[in-house]
Amino acid sequence: MDAVIENLPVFLEGFKNTLGLLIFSGIGALILGVFVAALRISPVASFRGFATVYTEIVRNTPLTLVLFFCAFLLPYLQFSPPFFVLALIGLTVYTSPFVAEALRSGINGVPVGQAEAARSVGLTFGQSLSYVIMPQAVRMVIPPLINVFIALTKNTSVAGAFFVFELFGAGRQVTNDRGDEVIAILLAVAFFYLVITITLGQIAARVEKKVAVLR
Amino acid sequence: MSSVLYDAPGPKARARSRVISVVGILLVAGVLLWLILAMGAPKPSANGAVQPGLWDPTRWDVFTDVQVWRSLGQGVLATLSMAGVAAVFALIIGVLFSFGRSADHKAIRIPTTIILEFVRGLPVLLMMLFILLVFATGAYWAGVAALAIYNGAIIGEALRAGIQSLPRGQREAGLAIGLTPLATRFRIEFPQAFRQMLPIIIAQLVVLLKDTSLAFIVGYSELLRVGVKNLPDFFGNRYAFSFFLVVLAIYLAMNLSLSWFARFIARRSGPKSGKLVEPEPTLTPKDTLSSTRGSYSTGDAGGPGTF
Repeated sequence: MDAVIENLPVFLEGFKNTLGLLIFSGIGALILGVFVAALRISPVASFRGFATVYTEIVRNTPLTLVLFFCAFLLPYLQFSPPFFVLALIGLTVYTSPFVAEALRSGINGVPVGQAEAARSVGLTFGQSLSYVIMPQAVRMVIPPLINVFIALTKNTSVAGAFFVFELFGAGRQVTNDRGDEVIAILLAVAFFYLVITITLGQIAARVEKKVAVLR
Repeated sequence: MSSVLYDAPGPKARARSRVISVVGILLVAGVLLWLILAMGAPKPSANGAVQPGLWDPTRWDVFTDVQVWRSLGQGVLATLSMAGVAAVFALIIGVLFSFGRSADHKAIRIPTTIILEFVRGLPVLLMMLFILLVFATGAYWAGVAALAIYNGAIIGEALRAGIQSLPRGQREAGLAIGLTPLATRFRIEFPQAFRQMLPIIIAQLVVLLKDTSLAFIVGYSELLRVGVKNLPDFFGNRYAFSFFLVVLAIYLAMNLSLSWFARFIARRSGPKSGKLVEPEPTLTPKDTLSSTRGSYSTGDAGGPGTF
């Protein structure tokens, strides 16, 4: 147990970086994901096709491979910001199609009758999206979106293997120093992860319940 | 393209949409072409030596070597064997979890729920490291065990949701004809839940296959380690990009075919299960089971009513 207490600053440093990865790549993925989702429902066929291909390819590529590309091959192409930024790029790209899919399924979850009603009272494409469909879709999208962010929290651990010092990296370093207390150290790391994931999960559950009442 | 969101396009709108479409294609093709040319351009490296472009034959000649393909093949086999063994165990663990979570006794239900929450909230990678360091199992079994437990928890939640979504009458009918509660669960509820959740389970197995690449980090020589680490280390760094592209292609081929299979199953079993059980009125996954990496891929398994 004292290995954990001694190294508490190390863990907190890792925790801070994990949160940083989560927040920045979460925002990035949200922006990119909204863009991809917009392309996927757009009336222009080539945009739809492009977004579909992008989604399929990125979603079926292992995250480890994406981060490997960012950490090793981007510097090789003479693009070498710090590893933290490289990991952010990788996580953003990897998470964006999942965000897009969550948004799209939320939009699809709005009953067709709502769209038909909006159209039949004469609203245009933009109006029916922004006044009728989006306000409903946003509510339905929040729980799956939080689930995407829970997955992202867990995925930040992979960045720890690519030279970013976050929780997983902190755990690895401390276990190297104190091989005698591996279990306590790893449980401490697990605790920090659970602080984020369970909190987010509770929020998702609460929102879900609220939305269910509204419908 | 018919959609409720916009009018059926008239001749003018159709022409405009065609123009935008063509411009869009040109834009995408232009960016791709630029990327391909940029990667193909020879470039000087730091020490002044000029490196040939990516499409130069000298960057690809290793692939005429049979040994390279044999190593890659071994990598694929290692990946598949880890995924296969982990998938079997994940299914078994999933069934156990789903029974534990829907057990009648609190003494079983509550501990199972706590374990499930714990497992689902942790990164697979951390579990792999934990098993590797604490139980000293070696990289292969650490990977298999972590993947099996994590995905088992998610499959278990999916199965539980499936059991819960069955009409109450199913269980009551089973009990009424004299089956024990356990027999009712096994012979009446479970087969229906399993069939209904099959698309989600297969989608989760795709995730499992993808996640075998995490074993790279704990030191297992699977496709990723062989392809992007061992082989470039051996043949020289100028092949790093070529190997990366080949490994990417192999992963995409494996995962896409499994994803398509999942979607095929979803389409085939969709209407059938709809007859048995009222389908959910919305297309969003209603249950907490979506707190996984994988279950998003079921978004496509949706149904009619897409805009």
